[in-house]
Amino acid sequence: MTDAAVTVGKPLRKKPKAGPRRIILHAFLFLVALLWISPVLWAIFTAMRPYADTAAHGYVSWPHSFNFDNFRNAYTQADLPHYFLNSIIVALPAIFLILLFSSAVAFVVSRYSYWFNIPLLIFFLAANLLPQQVILQPLYRLYLQIPLPTWVSDSGYLYDSYVGLILINVAFQTGFCTFVLANYMKTIPKSLSEAARVDGAGVLRQYFQIMLPLSKPAIAALATLEFTFIYNDFLWPLILIQNGSKRPITAALNNLQGEFFTDNNLLAAGALMTAIPTLIVFVVLQKHFVNGLTLGATKE
Amino acid sequence: MVAVPVFLTGALIWFPTVSSILLSFTNWDGIGGLHTIHWIGTTNYRQIATIYPAFWPAFRHNFYWLAALAFVGTPFGMFLAYQLDKNLRGSRLYQSVFYIPVVIAPAIIGLITELVLSPQQGLISSLFADPRHGHVIDWLGNPSINLWAVLVFACWRHASYVMILYLAGLKALDPTLREAAAIDGATESQAFFRVVLPALKPINIVLVVITVIEALRAFDIVYIINHGRNGLELLSVLITDNIIGEASRIGYGSAIAVVLLTISIIPIVIFVWNSFQEADA
Repeated sequence: MTDAAVTVGKPLRKKPKAGPRRIILHAFLFLVALLWISPVLWAIFTAMRPYADTAAHGYVSWPHSFNFDNFRNAYTQADLPHYFLNSIIVALPAIFLILLFSSAVAFVVSRYSYWFNIPLLIFFLAANLLPQQVILQPLYRLYLQIPLPTWVSDSGYLYDSYVGLILINVAFQTGFCTFVLANYMKTIPKSLSEAARVDGAGVLRQYFQIMLPLSKPAIAALATLEFTFIYNDFLWPLILIQNGSKRPITAALNNLQGEFFTDNNLLAAGALMTAIPTLIVFVVLQKHFVNGLTLGATKE
Repeated sequence: MVAVPVFLTGALIWFPTVSSILLSFTNWDGIGGLHTIHWIGTTNYRQIATIYPAFWPAFRHNFYWLAALAFVGTPFGMFLAYQLDKNLRGSRLYQSVFYIPVVIAPAIIGLITELVLSPQQGLISSLFADPRHGHVIDWLGNPSINLWAVLVFACWRHASYVMILYLAGLKALDPTLREAAAIDGATESQAFFRVVLPALKPINIVLVVITVIEALRAFDIVYIINHGRNGLELLSVLITDNIIGEASRIGYGSAIAVVLLTISIIPIVIFVWNSFQEADA
């Protein structure tokens, strides 16, 4: 039996023999995986049980009833749809601008050899690597100084406005995407855009009709990754948005937590529902998500 | 199209970075105009080091955070990646499970930490005793243990992150390298430490950089748990407190920001230098 298993294995990598070491490895990985997911399973278990049930029988006990009431209550009591909408209002324009800007910079850097190419990339990449707290204090003061018309921001300033939040996400994340896209575009043969140039295509046409379509895999990966980054962001809105009801959902958890304080079941349901959009993105677009993370780290 | 992002990054990232450095040498209270700023030399630095009680604990906690990620989270993530790269049956399923903590927001990781460790309603205390009567351990409330309890969860997420990156590196590695090592009679640990690890130098540098920067950025988990007080102080929390807290001192906040900046410059320079050295070659 084991011989057959070996012969049908992939030609490049030997198919493992089913030996005691393999069994130990599987047992080990299975246990670690179980341990790994147990905090999330525990949150689901807690969220599915009514408070009365856990109060009467303890949290580790056979559930006497299982339902989605906590999810429904968290959804309405905490007005979650409102905060989801806030997240979308910030994330979608930010992702669009990040990808537009970073692909443009990457296009220039990968197609033309200017003296400033490498300094420019360093300027963007290093900005993304800074711990956010380094710039937080002056950024907060700056946002309080910059006036905006009230139809853009009802606070009248960049502070406490969606525009301000979008701009800092764009400024901070463009560096990472530029770095990844520049590396990606360098692998696209220069002859392609040269051929287009010979055929009379202008710079804009080379950018929109040649480089952007060819970079689609990297752009899709980055869009997926940036969505989770911005959706999961906690710090910027905490500092730059004063009005709690304007905060995107992850940052709003900070105030919502107070409302659920005594009821862990409700808190679990709220936390899980907040995680659902990123989990959906992850399940549906897992390949893009992982590609995005690893594109920056492993380049050819 | 290039000028706009340059302007944004310059105005919103680099201008505040320079301002942080300048403000850390002044006594601006943030209320008066810019003309009320007075140069006071290194007074802020001397004061945070001597009369600001939260500074050294926070500094120490960041150091422990770094140590935990560097000696537990990162090696365990590498170990998992190495095991998962062995062409196992069901490897994809394991991978999906190990990815989950990376997808979940750190703030939600903080909430899950509370759900698991809460003394009255948490999993751990309920497993070992009935918390409704009897002695329970207050994992998050006791300042001598809460940092370590939180670090378990920080490592949980960090190890997953490292695993994703390292697995990608391993997959890109030429499989014949390992086979050659096996044919030469290398044991598994010899093959890893003498063949795989040196061959993956670029990704090792990425892991070092990420580990240091993540340790400096740590904030969300402790802030959602108890706003970073009572044993969970971190430098990032002190900066935030000096912005939106009751007793905000711009000079202190900026001086701490400069401390963070100074530490983070080392991994940033390593990473940038490493990336562009290869790019030129």
